Amino acid sequence: MKFLRKTLDGVKPNFEKGGKWEKMYFAFEAIETFLFAPNTTTAAKGVQVRDAVDLKRLMMTVIIAMVPCLLFGMWNIGHQHFLAIGQTGTLGEKFWIGIVQTLPIIVVSYGVGLGIEFVFATIRRHPVNEGFLVTGMLIPLVMPPDVPLWQVAVATAFAVVIGKEAFGGTGMNVVNIALTARAFLYFAYPTDISGEVWTYLGEGATAVAGYSGATPLAVAAAAAKGTQVVNEFNSFGSTWAPGIYSFQSLFLGTQPGSIGETSTLMCLIGALILIVTGTGSWKIIVGVFGGAYGMGLLLNILAGNNAFMAMPAYYHLVIGGLAFGAVFMATDPVTAAQTETGKWFYGILIGMFTVLIRVFNPAYPEGIMLAILLMNVFAPLIDYFVVSANKNRRLKRATV
Amino acid sequence: MGKNIRLSKGFDINLAGKAAPKIADVELAETFVVKPTDFHGLYMPKPVVTEGDTVKAGTPLFHAKNHEDIQFTSPVSGEVVEVKRGEKRKLLEIKILADRQVEHVNFKKYSLSEMASLPVAEIKEQMLKSGVWANLVHRPFGIVAEPTVVPKSIHISGFDTAPLAPDYSFLFRAQDQFFQAGVDVLKKLTSGAVHVNIHTQSDLSTVFSQVKGAEVNKFTGKHPAGCVGVQIHHVDPINKGDVVWTISPLGVIQVGKLFLQGIYDASRLVAVTGSEVKNPQYYRTYTGASVKKFLSNNLKQENVRVISGNVLTGASIGKDGHLGFFDNQLTVIPEGDYHEFLGWITPSNKSKLSFHRAFGLLSFLTPSKEYVLDSNTHGEERAFVQTGVFEQVLPMDVLPTQLLKSILAEDIDEMEALGIYEVIEEDLALCEFVDVSKHNVQEILRDGIELVRNS
Repeated sequence: MKFLRKTLDGVKPNFEKGGKWEKMYFAFEAIETFLFAPNTTTAAKGVQVRDAVDLKRLMMTVIIAMVPCLLFGMWNIGHQHFLAIGQTGTLGEKFWIGIVQTLPIIVVSYGVGLGIEFVFATIRRHPVNEGFLVTGMLIPLVMPPDVPLWQVAVATAFAVVIGKEAFGGTGMNVVNIALTARAFLYFAYPTDISGEVWTYLGEGATAVAGYSGATPLAVAAAAAKGTQVVNEFNSFGSTWAPGIYSFQSLFLGTQPGSIGETSTLMCLIGALILIVTGTGSWKIIVGVFGGAYGMGLLLNILAGNNAFMAMPAYYHLVIGGLAFGAVFMATDPVTAAQTETGKWFYGILIGMFTVLIRVFNPAYPEGIMLAILLMNVFAPLIDYFVVSANKNRRLKRATV
Repeated sequence: MGKNIRLSKGFDINLAGKAAPKIADVELAETFVVKPTDFHGLYMPKPVVTEGDTVKAGTPLFHAKNHEDIQFTSPVSGEVVEVKRGEKRKLLEIKILADRQVEHVNFKKYSLSEMASLPVAEIKEQMLKSGVWANLVHRPFGIVAEPTVVPKSIHISGFDTAPLAPDYSFLFRAQDQFFQAGVDVLKKLTSGAVHVNIHTQSDLSTVFSQVKGAEVNKFTGKHPAGCVGVQIHHVDPINKGDVVWTISPLGVIQVGKLFLQGIYDASRLVAVTGSEVKNPQYYRTYTGASVKKFLSNNLKQENVRVISGNVLTGASIGKDGHLGFFDNQLTVIPEGDYHEFLGWITPSNKSKLSFHRAFGLLSFLTPSKEYVLDSNTHGEERAFVQTGVFEQVLPMDVLPTQLLKSILAEDIDEMEALGIYEVIEEDLALCEFVDVSKHNVQEILRDGIELVRNS
């Protein structure tokens, strides 16, 4: 370590003011502070001691919370692959397929995103913020398993440049960056990110007889009037993967979908980590689940013979990406409501809109992405009302 | 009847090196200083003494150009040895070499019966010329109180919840009669009540709880429950246009002594605390004392930070420094000027205290453990990202994140509406401590306050 420290100290003057690579200072700073927590001390006036947490550790905690989803997602890619081609694979084989599919996506996402971050930090002369550590992991987790890598690169570049840097960098962006990447792909290359893309079949492999790659959301949306969605789920894939859309399987996540989003259970483990560490707002997470469930119940009452509306409300919580969005996307502190009361409204509205979009908008099978992006835009408005209430309490007190 | 208020938000920083309840036997410090920079709201302080002058305790040293009637006086008798100026000849401090025996300027003495019928003008005159006026702090803004204003109430915090704070029942033991006299005098300066805010469990100290003629409010809760700004917010909040005054218990006692004994008595007990002090205990001295005598042969190591005040709101003064006017605590902690390999992710060792529970920070498991914290920032300044944490350490109906952002945007109307009149630095000090993005919250707040004050 001493050698490393000496090397850093040795080259540091080149990056400081007047040094030959002065312009690259923030790039150097990012690497230096990654290797060593800095030796800066508190100012002479003000707090003399600081909390041990910093943004890096905070972001790392979120990444750790995503690990269960990532590991399960890797296994599930292999699992779905073998189901679809009608073979059986061992745990290791399934994992291997998952790793081969996922790792390049992660590498591309981090590579492109961090590259752009460093370039912007150098040009705009601000430190490299750690926010992308999380974004860079979120983007792969919301991609289909066999998404072309160039699309990942383009989407990441779009999200970081237009979604974040155009607004001034970390902390200033209006909409969630990972979802911006996903939305970009969704609207720019709709054929590559909708329909039956959620299972990795492999080069030249043929699916088993009777195979269908339709997701539960597609199945539910396609259910005919007067039928029971639950029956459709239970009978789905009976010839090649019986029970694949049973409630238990949907909850555990053994279903096709984006890499990290399929398992409600793993998302809940992540939620537990975020809530216990205080990193993610429990109000938002509970709000999203509660809002979706409440909206589901309301639709049940109004359902008539519309099958999707009549689907038991708790199914909404386990199909699609609702759990993943609620835990990892909606809780992004920069784009969420920033007031504590506002977080309730923000979460609940996301849940409600998700279900509304799912059930009533035939063009978009999944609603969570659009619901979060929509509420990202409205979060400042929610905060505005909460802050106004605070101001009014103060005014009222003055006039009494 | 006073109020009973329970505060649930806040955070106690539990540090090693609490002062033992005994008074050390050392000779008096050699030099004492009065620093105009300890006070806010003074415009161009001007010295009225020159180097070589001899002064008594209570002799005026300087006054501000905008308040020539408020005298800042010498805490001890002796010789003026230095009038220190900074850039643009700004007055920084006036240093006095103390006599062995402190002599006092004689002000008028009053009997208890005379005090009952004292006219307000006479009270103010006596307080202004003797130097005890400087103890009065004007809210909003936390500036030296304006003599021409009649505040709607006066608040005294009877306990300190800051890290390693001195025990007030020890600090003000047997000062009951002076405290009572001080309260009696102060009552005449306000149109409302004098509030003495005590901790629910501090019934042992009768100095505050038995005081007559004041509202005694009881508080429970973690830091910053002891900050007078937080207490005001719950007892008698400051609205736009309101003025309240605050004063420390020591200030009240000084007022009492001024009227009962006719002297400006700047003697005080100071708690010398912190993990790097060999014998943390109390010392008897005067306001603005040099810390040299407290620290000689009393430090565990040399690479330390010496803080006048507590670790949240204090100022680093160095080993040869002098205590601030309002401080009755000296804290010595290790200096944190080291690099830590992968320090941003390595799990907690014994020296990492955190309000958060992010990965590897396990201090929440051992809330009663005493921590040795150093002055390292544990990270670099970053953009505001985390939300909802400031709110957990501010037990007031104020939105700190929004307030700070309005200050950064220099939006005065917004600052007013969000309650900048209700807070000063110490109230938001914990926000600065817990801030993941390492902003200098107190500095930002002071900038905002000055912006509003000068608008």
